[in-house]
Amino acid sequence: MYEFKYHRPATVRQAANLLVKNEDAKLIAGGHTLVPVMKQRLAAPPHIVDLSHIEGLDGIEMKGRSLVIGATAKHADVANSPIVGEALPALAELAALIGDPAVRHKGTIGGSLANNDPTADYPAAVLALGAMIVTNKRKLRAEEFFQGLFTTALEPDEIITKVLFPLAKKAAYVKFRNQASRYALVGVFVAKRPSDVRVTVTGAGGEGVFRVTAFEEALKKRFSPKALDGLTVPAEGLNSDLHGSAEYRAHLIGVLARRAVEAATNRA
Amino acid sequence: MAKISMIVNGSPASGNVDPRTLLVQFLRENLKLTGTHVGCDTSQCGACVVHVDGKAVKSCTTLAVMADGHTVTTIEGLAADGAPLHPMQEAFRENHGLQCGFCTPGMIMTAIDLVHRKGHDLSDHLIREELEGNLCRCTGYQNIVASIAAGAKAMSNSDLA
Repeated sequence: MYEFKYHRPATVRQAANLLVKNEDAKLIAGGHTLVPVMKQRLAAPPHIVDLSHIEGLDGIEMKGRSLVIGATAKHADVANSPIVGEALPALAELAALIGDPAVRHKGTIGGSLANNDPTADYPAAVLALGAMIVTNKRKLRAEEFFQGLFTTALEPDEIITKVLFPLAKKAAYVKFRNQASRYALVGVFVAKRPSDVRVTVTGAGGEGVFRVTAFEEALKKRFSPKALDGLTVPAEGLNSDLHGSAEYRAHLIGVLARRAVEAATNRA
Repeated sequence: MAKISMIVNGSPASGNVDPRTLLVQFLRENLKLTGTHVGCDTSQCGACVVHVDGKAVKSCTTLAVMADGHTVTTIEGLAADGAPLHPMQEAFRENHGLQCGFCTPGMIMTAIDLVHRKGHDLSDHLIREELEGNLCRCTGYQNIVASIAAGAKAMSNSDLA
């Protein structure tokens, strides 16, 4: 790890000022992506701005018809929150599948979204549920937030403060884990929303999380695994590596989407 | 350099560290608490698990400066020198839950966190799921699982739980 200067702001405003003043500064919250890449010297930020001591940034609450999750809420907080379990059980289940228990005690929803790892779980939920990402500057729709591999719409001095999830009628996330890393080889999130159905895929796309509109249209007509009969996802553009070919991942998307629809339907 | 102070195993500890110091380095090299191990150094193996504010975390992936002002418990903090072992440590001894012992401090810290979260009656399946982030390369999981199940029960009758 290369040297850096450490900053611990008490407010989001202070943190944003530190980002403006220090070019190439990086935010840290749980540190479970940033610290490993700094150790590998893949990242060498001269300044680290620690968000983990900002009060009130990790809250979880219902506001109107939205579930509001603060940016520094840990994966374990989301997984175990009775509020999330009641409002969006699929989201609590997704959080419980991230990493391992110790990782879930540190990793945060804001950090995961800002990093936009193509195998991360949260982007699938955020895009499928049509969540709104709130920053210190504006509100971003999920569709405009994710912009490709490890790339988001966030500006250099922009900080995620919370995520607003509209409630879904039914939803489920099914993840096929890489046996070694436990990251998603493929993960599929299905959400039956008041106006439409969304099917999103993580782990498989060459450009990160994406929607499967052919599945969405079929499921909008009939929300049942049978509605997907005969439908497949083209392998073109999907990741192909030693863990699985693009064709294998394409096949998994179909299998997991059917399982997710079934799980969403069977939820009491 | 950054001045940090925290409560480690019940006592105040402080130091003036380079901000890139990992919590595990601070514990091992500054405080000489070498029971916490560095195995993979990539947050996968769990040999470095300690409790921060009562929750299991990987100290190889935590900056020492981020633990400033917090409370840390390491394997050394479970039982005083010469005093009876913590029930989870005793269960590992009774059930032969270790071979080389390198992963054991992390296994025990993870196990105690598990009991705090899930109670004293733990199924083998749950224990195996929860050990996802702790690797034993002697491949001795069978006895580790048996130790944790026994330790969890023993903790219900102990003041140390």
